[in-house]
Amino acid sequence: MADLVISDVRKSFGSVEVLKGINLDVKSGEFIALVGPSGCGKSTLLAIIAGLEKATSGTISIRNRIVNNVAPKDRDIAMVFQSYALYPTMTVRENMMFGMEARGVPAAEREIALKRVSGLLQIDQLLKRKPGQLSGGQRQRVAMGRALVRDPALFLFDEPLSNLDAKLRVEMRGEIKKLHQAIGKTTVYVTHDQVEAMTLSSRIAVLNKGVLQQFDEPQKIYDHPANMFVAGFMGSPAMNFLPAQMRVSGGNVELALEGGSKLKFKRGVKSPTTANMIVGIRPEHLTRADSRTANALIGKVTLVEPTGSETHVISRVGNTDVTAKFFPNQSPKLGETVRLAVDTDRICIFDAQTEQAAA
Amino acid sequence: MTDTTAPYDAEAATSARKFFASRTVIYGLLTLFAMVYLLPFFVVVFNSFRDLPEIAQNGLISLPQSFTFKAWQSAWSTYCINGTCEGMQGNFWNSLKMTIPATIISSLFGALNGYILSKWKFRGSEFLFTCVMFGVFMPGQIALMPWAYLLGALGLNNNTWGLVMVHCIQGLSFTTLFCRNFYVNIPDDLIKAARIDGAGFWRIFYKIILPLSPPILIVTVIWQFTGIWNEFLFGVVFTSGKAQPITAALVALSGGETNVHDYDVMSAAVLIGALPPLLVYFFGGKYFVRGLTQGAIK
Repeated sequence: MADLVISDVRKSFGSVEVLKGINLDVKSGEFIALVGPSGCGKSTLLAIIAGLEKATSGTISIRNRIVNNVAPKDRDIAMVFQSYALYPTMTVRENMMFGMEARGVPAAEREIALKRVSGLLQIDQLLKRKPGQLSGGQRQRVAMGRALVRDPALFLFDEPLSNLDAKLRVEMRGEIKKLHQAIGKTTVYVTHDQVEAMTLSSRIAVLNKGVLQQFDEPQKIYDHPANMFVAGFMGSPAMNFLPAQMRVSGGNVELALEGGSKLKFKRGVKSPTTANMIVGIRPEHLTRADSRTANALIGKVTLVEPTGSETHVISRVGNTDVTAKFFPNQSPKLGETVRLAVDTDRICIFDAQTEQAAA
Repeated sequence: MTDTTAPYDAEAATSARKFFASRTVIYGLLTLFAMVYLLPFFVVVFNSFRDLPEIAQNGLISLPQSFTFKAWQSAWSTYCINGTCEGMQGNFWNSLKMTIPATIISSLFGALNGYILSKWKFRGSEFLFTCVMFGVFMPGQIALMPWAYLLGALGLNNNTWGLVMVHCIQGLSFTTLFCRNFYVNIPDDLIKAARIDGAGFWRIFYKIILPLSPPILIVTVIWQFTGIWNEFLFGVVFTSGKAQPITAALVALSGGETNVHDYDVMSAAVLIGALPPLLVYFFGGKYFVRGLTQGAIK
């Protein structure tokens, strides 16, 4: 059953169109991440789902009910805001009770819900405090608690972790995942952080400039990006893009890179309309090669960035900088000339003109 | 023993001396200005406790040689104004009966207007706000004629409730401006969260907005209270005799029927008339400054 169906939703602010026909369907219990750079329209889409903004055209339906003209409070949703939006003059307890009071939930039921959620999120100790007396992580928990007490059909998160420091963010990310595993509520989660999207979601919707680029499982998005935008956005360090001329004969593909290197491999590729291609290679699919290895790039190391667990090495190949990941003890030195073997099974090929995946 | 005294530093000594000199000048000037402001006040306070003959003998500005509450008693309950000899007490209560309701009503409506204009914007709400702002800059006397007509039509001439209405509406521009500018800084996410939580317009107002409002409500209350209490023009035009607020009565008193000036009673009457706003500012002044300068709430 689909809990949320978004059909051809468009949104314009004046003459600026920020959403250009979005289609998404979210199955019951799914955790969907809306991800994209700032200004891509993801927060607007969430506000439209919540009913805080009206779509210019298209429909939103929650549990098979079209909700375009339904007030936010009647959409059976709960939302966690980036700023947490805790009511500053109320205690944690009052914050969590507010929604139930507004809906006229009987007092006994309210107490039960409060107890259940505060136990689940381990905020029993904080119930008497005001938001100003809480740390960032505690506020985050309370904000989730306020959403959870209502037991809604749909959970909406608007960049909930972006106000936390790096360590706490990772911690809370884990907690959100555990929480979702425990309660299995359908969730739409907006983030600009591709790591959050990868780790949390069952499917990711990548948006750019108001257009849905790809909507698929995280690993599929990572391995088979639909276009160069998705390929470049997902993954850190970002995918390397190298211009190449492609020739296909039978099942054999030959890619002639700038600077003379050639990649030859077998893959079922349709005959392209043009030979101009962009090859996408993830940093972890480049390994150190000896002189006999075919399918290698040759470059001079211009930058070495150790991160502790791995070392990112940037080399100049032809006219392009290519990033590769190494174990720290195997990292080449600055200025060294390296041969980088390419895992040709896992490279992506994009049409240089349309930037869409060609194979 | 180690020598702990630093070597003589000519530069540091000069700058210290300069600093001392400039501070002396600044504090000297401040004291002088404070005196200029406070001296008339002291003269009035002294005269309110002096015997009238003694004032006549030693002059208005001199240190008191006598001490009596007679002038205060007279000003409060027996002095004759406009032919009635009941002192200022009636007018004092008139002023309170006018100022307190007008202050409360105009502050609450200002809060409501500010809430709507900042958190429930609609097509044309900015234009409406601009229109409301005209009221801030419009002198009260422009409205005299229309008010006279309206009060007459409503049968509220020479009536304290008429003045309450006039002051509520005249003050609405200010209270709206104050509250709207304060509420603009309350994050919109709070309102959105409350809307999703199921709260409506009124519940958000009294459960979320009003509890956040004390800093600005103190400002509007002080502003309105002192403004309405001290207001004179509407009081003197729309009321007469026993229905007058205290400011209008003070003028009648100093205008007196005789040529003899009862400086002692006049001083006491002025102080009675000035006391409530002084007390309000005395107890609320620090919140007033804080509220006016407060930018965002976190």
